[in-house]
Amino acid sequence: MQLSTDQLLDFYHLMVKIRSFEETLGSLFSKGLLGGTSHFCIGQEASAVGVVQGVRDTDWLVSNHRGHGHLLARRLDVYRVMAELLGRETGYCFGRGGSQHMCSMDNHFLGTNGITGGGIPIAAGAALALKCQKSDSIVVVFFGDGASNQGTFHETLNIASLWKLPIMFVCENNLYGMSNPVKCSVAGGGRIAPRAAGYAIPAQTLEGRDVELVWETTRQAAERIRNGGGPELLELMTYRLCGHSKSEPRVYRTREEEEQMAKFDPLVTFPKRLLELGCTQEQIDNAANSARQMVEAATQKALQDKPGDRQVALSGVFAKEEVSK
Amino acid sequence: MREVFYSKAVNEALDEELSRDSSVIMIGEDIGCYGGAFGVSKGLWEKYGAERIWETPISEGSFTGIAVGAAMMGMRPILEIMFMDFVALALDQMMNSAGKLHYMYGEQVTVPMVLRTPGGAKGGYGPSHSQMLSNLFVGIPGLKVVAPSTPMQAKGLLKAAIRDPNPVVFIENKRLYPQKGEIPDGEYLLPLDKAEVLSEGTDITLISYSSMTPVCLAVKNALKPHGINLEVVDLVSLQPLDTDTIFASVRKTGRVVIVEEACLTGGVGGEVSALIAEHCLDSLEAPVIRVGAADVPIPSSLDLEKIVLPQADDIVQAVKRIREWT
Ligand SMILES: Cc1ncc(C[n+]2csc(CCOP(=O)(O)OP(=O)(O)O)c2C)c(N)n1
Ligand SMILES: [Mg+2]
Repeated sequence: MQLSTDQLLDFYHLMVKIRSFEETLGSLFSKGLLGGTSHFCIGQEASAVGVVQGVRDTDWLVSNHRGHGHLLARRLDVYRVMAELLGRETGYCFGRGGSQHMCSMDNHFLGTNGITGGGIPIAAGAALALKCQKSDSIVVVFFGDGASNQGTFHETLNIASLWKLPIMFVCENNLYGMSNPVKCSVAGGGRIAPRAAGYAIPAQTLEGRDVELVWETTRQAAERIRNGGGPELLELMTYRLCGHSKSEPRVYRTREEEEQMAKFDPLVTFPKRLLELGCTQEQIDNAANSARQMVEAATQKALQDKPGDRQVALSGVFAKEEVSK
Repeated sequence: MREVFYSKAVNEALDEELSRDSSVIMIGEDIGCYGGAFGVSKGLWEKYGAERIWETPISEGSFTGIAVGAAMMGMRPILEIMFMDFVALALDQMMNSAGKLHYMYGEQVTVPMVLRTPGGAKGGYGPSHSQMLSNLFVGIPGLKVVAPSTPMQAKGLLKAAIRDPNPVVFIENKRLYPQKGEIPDGEYLLPLDKAEVLSEGTDITLISYSSMTPVCLAVKNALKPHGINLEVVDLVSLQPLDTDTIFASVRKTGRVVIVEEACLTGGVGGEVSALIAEHCLDSLEAPVIRVGAADVPIPSSLDLEKIVLPQADDIVQAVKRIREWT
């Protein structure tokens, strides 16, 4: 299917929003305004936007520790995402969750997850619920190459295949799990897609920095899954152009490798492609500028908010009644 | 009232809740035509079919997470973990997801699931199939933990656990499965946070749960002719602890023995003992004594197992010690 100019510019807008959001986080960290740690997806924006925009807004998303791209591609309110990271009461989870534990049921976003591989079975459980409820929605779960070495990945692929669950497994293969290169962690050459064959799940590996390709591939897979075809796996080859978390020194790879990879930065390549496709420079600049302004305004607003009090810290462990959908 | 086995009481609760609410599903190993390793889930697969009774491969780590995800989306999954020792494989999802999600996701989701599992030794099952790991879950915020000792408690609590909006760890017991007890004919529910005074007495309070409660009741009967009148309090709920009921009994008798099948160190008994020391010191006439398993794995040999696990005579000795304390 052909993407319209508006859609293409919107994808670019979302990608810049994600980049700008994380660059802002970087500066908040260095000013000491942000606690803990956080995992940026700089360089990986195309896989987030392509996948999330390739499914319906009513399809459910489960994310991992590197989830800012997924959250913003689903159009959660940047202000409330920022407030959550800043530990403000106005954040999506009152500041209890932060970057790695953020959820928005209104956006059909079942949560980021701080346990590597932890979200994979949860997503399959959500898919089981959809199957029991005879829904025509599907679940998309994001995880990294590193997570594909967890038992939960293998156990869940097996069960999802046996039960024909409506779930799309999306592996963002950025060639490293923290410091560990895939060549040293994933037996057989560092690719995840071949693993799916062991569970009779169709899988494909594709260029994850090409947002149009990711979008089209996701869209087609989603329709097959929605029509009862059972689970599929997409392996999106990508690269994180930043450290694993906050500002780590990246001793496990060379600066030359990074320079080489920077040429494929989707925020460098996609604007050129947009020109080729007939967008004007002015349109492209507007899409980027409006994204940056939104992030800036959201950040200023969130910084004014107050953190939660004792009530927020000490309540809410047990539910009085069921609140899930 | 009618008499049923403990295992049948559990089975009836499952059956009634599956029939009452279509969002209730079961997930576990060999719970199809086999009816579960101890036959507790017998007949449910035949009655409700594979769309409600999800028989899984041997993948506790994954299917526990599947239960969490399904619960977040409005289902009410009941997990069967074949032996309590195997909860080790389910623990990540119980502690990092089930117990945390409601709080950490800003109360946008609930996780109404039940993890059922038989703990305790049955006689000769050995180190990987005999442990009572009640202590494992009570330190994890967000989980409720109950350990019924009678068919009456088992049925009423399980039905309440299934209807509760929070994750509940429901500890069954292999030694209790073949024990009989009376239950009402009609439907009933029991509160998940209440202890039960099973037998009133005046001299010493025995506090126990699960498999050790019938042993405490037997000790009470055995000591009655010797002029010792024991009160037997069953904790029923291990998280939260019903301190009102516990403290009331302690204030009445002033002397306490806590009895559990789990290892003594880091156990529920230690927690109860600490609470009594904090809140009832004025009423105590003797130190609180704990009786539990030795801090060793449960050996296979029946003779060795007996040495490791608490026996009726250990309780009798503890009662004597505490009685003679001045
Ligand atoms: C169970 C668990 N083990 C280890 C970690 C620490 N950790 C966080 S992210 C990460 C690397 C994950 O790699 P991958 O799945 O490839 O995702 P990426 O970070 O590359 O996006 C590690 C080791 C964790 N959070 N959880
Ligand atoms: Mg990786």
